[in-house]
Amino acid sequence: MAEGTSDISQISFEDALRALEDVVRKLEGGEVPLDESIDLYERGEKLRLHCQARLDAAQARIEKIVAGPDGKPRETQPFDAAS
Amino acid sequence: MPQPPLFESKGEPEQSGLVARSRRGDNAEPLTITQISASLKRTVEDRFGHVRLRGELSGVKRAASGHLYCALKDDKAVIDGVMWKGAAGALPFVPEDGIEVVATGKVTTYAGRSKYQIVIDSMEIAGEGALLALLEKTRLRLEAEGLFDPARKRALPFLPQTIGVVTSPTGAVIRDILHRLADRFPSHVIVWPVLVQGQGAAEQVANAVRGFSSIERGGKVPRPDLVIVARGGGSVEDLWGFNDEMVVRAIAESTIPIISAVGHETDTTLCDYAADRRAPTPTAAAEIAVPVRSELQAAIDDLAHRKKRCASRPVTLGRERLEARAGRLPRPESLLQAQTQRLDEMAERLKRGLKDRAVQARERLQGDSAKLSGPLLRARWTSARDRLAAARLVPTLPQRRLAGDRQRFDALARLYASLDPEAPLQRGFVLVKDADGRLVRSRTVGATQPLLEVKFADGTLAVVPQAHADPPQPSAPLPPSRKAKRAKSASAAAQDDLFG
Repeated sequence: MAEGTSDISQISFEDALRALEDVVRKLEGGEVPLDESIDLYERGEKLRLHCQARLDAAQARIEKIVAGPDGKPRETQPFDAAS
Repeated sequence: MPQPPLFESKGEPEQSGLVARSRRGDNAEPLTITQISASLKRTVEDRFGHVRLRGELSGVKRAASGHLYCALKDDKAVIDGVMWKGAAGALPFVPEDGIEVVATGKVTTYAGRSKYQIVIDSMEIAGEGALLALLEKTRLRLEAEGLFDPARKRALPFLPQTIGVVTSPTGAVIRDILHRLADRFPSHVIVWPVLVQGQGAAEQVANAVRGFSSIERGGKVPRPDLVIVARGGGSVEDLWGFNDEMVVRAIAESTIPIISAVGHETDTTLCDYAADRRAPTPTAAAEIAVPVRSELQAAIDDLAHRKKRCASRPVTLGRERLEARAGRLPRPESLLQAQTQRLDEMAERLKRGLKDRAVQARERLQGDSAKLSGPLLRARWTSARDRLAAARLVPTLPQRRLAGDRQRFDALARLYASLDPEAPLQRGFVLVKDADGRLVRSRTVGATQPLLEVKFADGTLAVVPQAHADPPQPSAPLPPSRKAKRAKSASAAAQDDLFG
């Protein structure tokens, strides 16, 4: 689990979501001592914000590859699917 | 030969002579081999300058030069074939033994080996059945190579940041994909436009797949973390490019996970086998590629809600537990109750005890005081006085008695003095005693004693009777008593000294 990872921003969305689930399950289990549960809650909040940020950042951006003479991608251009 | 020769000259049996010679009336020189070969070549090429042959490929061999050698056969005959490098390179499929093909070309001869063969300009697969047979062969070959091994399949990212799409830039496929992605999770999509059908399609697809893999992370063009290779439905022939070994290999070697969505659900291309995941349609590929944003949002909201609800839980639980324990604590006043009660009881008993003691004492006092009544005391005093008075104590009574007693005492004193055994000593008598202090009353007794003690009024003297003095004693030893006395006094003195 990404439990020990302090830098939440480096965790993938999926791991963050799983970690958040884990936090909630622990909290719901009621087995966590009070002090620890506060830390856990804070961590859960960070994970939630991380996930939320990823969702909020979701926006369609469609580009197409412009290949160089060597056939390798050189750059991208906006792509209009209607064309 | 049993058959008679065609040109028989009568009476000239030397036709089978030892040396060939020109015949009469025959000006035709024998043909050289080259001549006949050239003649054959011309004839064959003129006659079969353009033929279409249907047959099964066998002995397919691609030489290092790039030329393709093979044979075409049916159940009775076989004809060698060759496909020069240029034509062979343009083949839309990889010729394999056993594939039924229709080859177009011209028949020619190879004089050097007395052979004829067809030079194939183009070759097509003879019908869909044959195409499928080829497909199966290729599939088995690549499978044996391990290209479709399930162990090679990589997990798709849960939520890709960038999605690469290899497909035709026009048409329904890209639109379907983009629409579905937008519905589910608007994402960054990079399209690599390719031909998806016809000449060069396979090469373009393969290059695009490899091209995406070659993008460095952090470069100018973002590297996709998922690639979709897509094409709409079509005939087996239309989809053929996606069965191309080049495409299959490019997909298998891709460093980015790939979803293959080629054709309809019923169409399966080798590209589907090589991909990490097969989607039945391009739309389905988009669904596989990304989760639904709103569902994720709901999941996060649900978790956040549950988390919030949990947050106060330990506090609530703690409070409940605290209260449960606090409820069980005895009230402070009840803690002291027993002691208070005991104190009260003791105080009561103390008071009562004191009172009781006073009552008891008073009772005893009163019991005694009954005996201490005044008249009683007075009566005793009166009787005592009466008895004192009755005693009639007068001085003459004892005086008279005293005078009488004194007279009797004087008489007794005088008598006593006259009876003192040592009184006569004053008058010159002596007492004789033996060594033990016993009185010696007769001479007989005295004569037996070794030593006698003679007591005078002023002291004693040790005497040795004559009978014992015969061996005269050097000097009369001091009487042992005296000696003892002296020793005794000396020791007493020593003792005095000790104490002094």
